[in-house]
Amino acid sequence: MEKYIYITLFAPLIGSLFAALFGDKEKKLITGIFASFMLLVSAFSAIYLLMNIDAEHTYHVKLMDWISAGGLNVPFGFVADQVSVIMMVTVTFVSAMIHIYSIGYMDHDKSFNRFFIYLSLFVFSMLILVMSDNFLGLFIGWEGVGLCSWLLIGFWYHKDSASWAANEAFIMNRVADLGMLIGIFLIYWNFGSLEYDVVFAKASSLSIGTLTLVGIFLFIGAMGKSAQFPFHTWLADAMEGPTPVSALIHAATMVTAGVFLVIRANQVFSLIPEVGLFIASLGAFVAVFAASMALVHNDLKKIIAYSTLSQLGYMFVAGGLGAYWVALFHLMTHAFFKSVLFLGAGNVMHAMDDELNIKKMGGLGDKMKWTMVIMTIASLALSGIYPFAGFFSKDKILEVAFSEHAYILWAMLWIGAGMTAFYSFRLVMLVFFGEERYKRYGFHPHEAGALMLWAMAPLALFATFGGFSEHGFYEFVTDLLPKFEPEIEPHFMSYILMVITLGIAISGILYAVYKYTTGGFSKEVEKYPVYKLLANQYYIPAFYDKCIVKPYIAISAFLWQKIDVAIVDMTVDAIAKVLYKSGDKARVMQSGNLSNMLRLMVFGLLVLLLLAVIFYPAK
Amino acid sequence: MYEIIAFYLFSFLTITLFSIVVFSKNALYSMTALAGGMIFISGFFFLLDADFLGVVQIIVYSGAVMAVYAFGMIFIDTAKDVKEKIKAKRMIYSFSVAIAVLLVVIVSSPIISKNIIISTPMIEGVGNSKMVGYILFTKYLVPFELTAVMLLVAMVAGIVLVSKKMDISLSLKNDYEAKSEFEEGVAK
Amino acid sequence: MITLTHYLVVSSILFAIGLVGIVRRKNLLMLFFSTEILLNAVNIGFAAISREFHDMTGQMFAFFIIAVAASEVAVGLGLLVLWYKRKSTIDLDSMQSMKG
Repeated sequence: MEKYIYITLFAPLIGSLFAALFGDKEKKLITGIFASFMLLVSAFSAIYLLMNIDAEHTYHVKLMDWISAGGLNVPFGFVADQVSVIMMVTVTFVSAMIHIYSIGYMDHDKSFNRFFIYLSLFVFSMLILVMSDNFLGLFIGWEGVGLCSWLLIGFWYHKDSASWAANEAFIMNRVADLGMLIGIFLIYWNFGSLEYDVVFAKASSLSIGTLTLVGIFLFIGAMGKSAQFPFHTWLADAMEGPTPVSALIHAATMVTAGVFLVIRANQVFSLIPEVGLFIASLGAFVAVFAASMALVHNDLKKIIAYSTLSQLGYMFVAGGLGAYWVALFHLMTHAFFKSVLFLGAGNVMHAMDDELNIKKMGGLGDKMKWTMVIMTIASLALSGIYPFAGFFSKDKILEVAFSEHAYILWAMLWIGAGMTAFYSFRLVMLVFFGEERYKRYGFHPHEAGALMLWAMAPLALFATFGGFSEHGFYEFVTDLLPKFEPEIEPHFMSYILMVITLGIAISGILYAVYKYTTGGFSKEVEKYPVYKLLANQYYIPAFYDKCIVKPYIAISAFLWQKIDVAIVDMTVDAIAKVLYKSGDKARVMQSGNLSNMLRLMVFGLLVLLLLAVIFYPAK
Repeated sequence: MYEIIAFYLFSFLTITLFSIVVFSKNALYSMTALAGGMIFISGFFFLLDADFLGVVQIIVYSGAVMAVYAFGMIFIDTAKDVKEKIKAKRMIYSFSVAIAVLLVVIVSSPIISKNIIISTPMIEGVGNSKMVGYILFTKYLVPFELTAVMLLVAMVAGIVLVSKKMDISLSLKNDYEAKSEFEEGVAK
Repeated sequence: MITLTHYLVVSSILFAIGLVGIVRRKNLLMLFFSTEILLNAVNIGFAAISREFHDMTGQMFAFFIIAVAASEVAVGLGLLVLWYKRKSTIDLDSMQSMKG
């Protein structure tokens, strides 16, 4: 059984290395096929593990002793327990589908091979993150996915905006990772070990203050990875990468790493409910914050990106309030419907020659039937409509919030649900229905290739029917995670809540459908200051640019010129110059001029005499 | 008493003359001063009871060596002053003064130790030349012979270096043959 | 009284003068003169010590030094003549073919 762990982990790496053989050559279809095949192998292996794990059988392997320095002993170990296997299945399955999709999507791209190297490498890093049994392995995977996301966002590196976005993502992640590193240091300092088993067993023996610090710092790392406020600006800009990248990284896997961390470390976070409350509040804030920005954007992928941000907020609410299995469940369902939403957007972009402005699209439903169907299904799932998957998970989160008596959070999430429904269907209406504005701009859209549609199909199926697995999921996962049943008194209240939630979602959808069939909002709306605030993302990127980036650049320029060039370089150059000049002066010794040589002999004689006088005093 | 006067006189003169050798701009003065210095060095030897050495000094040095140097003067235009560009004069002089001082310091400190083994003792009553004779032909015979060989070698070397056309034997051919061979050699 | 020290002092001074000459003189022939001075200074030292210890060794050494100096002059002058025939100058600075 252990070999399945290794197969799951290393198959993507093999796919990546195979593709690396062809890295700089022209497109070779075999790289894509082989990489996808390896991912499928990995996915099936993960599913097999899923079927074979239960409360008594979890599998723990140790690959090798990695760090053994003094008191620090960190083996390279991997664990397949309920939580990690759910993540493994999600990651590998979604990645496999996206790999197959990319064979069609990146068809005309000249860096076809390079794409698969990076994509498979990303999956490998994510699997290390998920499967590792100690904090340091988690950190390795953390950094690995950060690196791969940089490589993938800046895939079209000759575009300045892409390079800039990649740098922004990586640097912002790095800044947050500092927090995580401090958290890991604190863990080592207090527990003496970095392995999950050891840490979680001893967690309750520490003082609340220390635990709070640990929790806060770990969460800062999670904030960076999952793009919580204030580390959120990179997610929207990361849409510069190819669409499969956005689907994989920024919907299903990398951004959920932060949530995964909170779930993994649940034994620590359960002991510090204040931090949990903070996490939940931040999550709720981000949910509404991001949803509000998605209301007014016209960029196809940015809307979906903000929706991801919003849903991450939902997951953190669940995690923060102690309902870890709910967070994991929402993570899983979200992975499926969000990724298929992105893939559908990729289809649209392909059809519209990479045009992103939804105001230039419209009425594409006739030409792109299947894409329209799939995207509508995904949007329904996102909005939380029964019987789609999102209903089960999102509704559960709202129930959790209510049962924990966090009524303000519940209200924020409820409003967020309404906004989610509205903007999702705004997107669907503006792109697929209504007036065919694209004709004005001379586009000739066509449906995507069969391969791409077939790749999207399994994900769409899960988005439709996956919600019914909630009960089985609960039974499976709570072997490891704390059982959390939202208790709402009186019992019928929970049904009323469900109705209210569904109500606002449906009303959001209906409002969007109504508004956009009748021509949408007028141009007047764009003059409202609220609109401007939202459209400029609350001016936060501008703020960051002015107050953080520009002074930093100024300081860097100063350090470079005054310190690096003037002092450091000068010192190094001075050493070289001294050597050179002394060599130059000493060259006189070999001048070939008899007179000089005699002079040197006399000098030598003087030195010898001095030595004789000093060291051999006459008696 | 005479020794004291003689010593100081000789030393003063020697130092002056040798200074002229070193510092003079005129090559001829230099050479002449050297010759004079040699003579006074010989005087020193006589003061030191080294009669044979003193005589040898006059014959060899002031006679032969200075004569050779005088021939060497052919190659210098003695009318002109010897032009010398010296860099860092001060450094040279300071070095030399330092060396002189150090040497003097070294030698003025009492160096006489009690354990010196005298290997070739002087026999009282025998004159210096006789003593030299005794030593030279018994103890120092081998160096003596080697010196003779060395002088021979030096002589041959000197001849070979400066003469030309050594391959024509002038004594075994009559005049006419020698001359034609010579001219052929020149024409080549 | 003239002790050994006096002679050795004179010898040292002459030696120093010889050194100055070596360093200072740029003319090859003058350089040879300075070498002669050095040798003579040393000879005085030998003779003085020889008298002090009543040992003939010093005098014999001085004797051989004289012999060697003579032959060295012969060969040295021969070389000097050859060089002069080639270069028409015996300035030390002109004898430098390394670029330094």
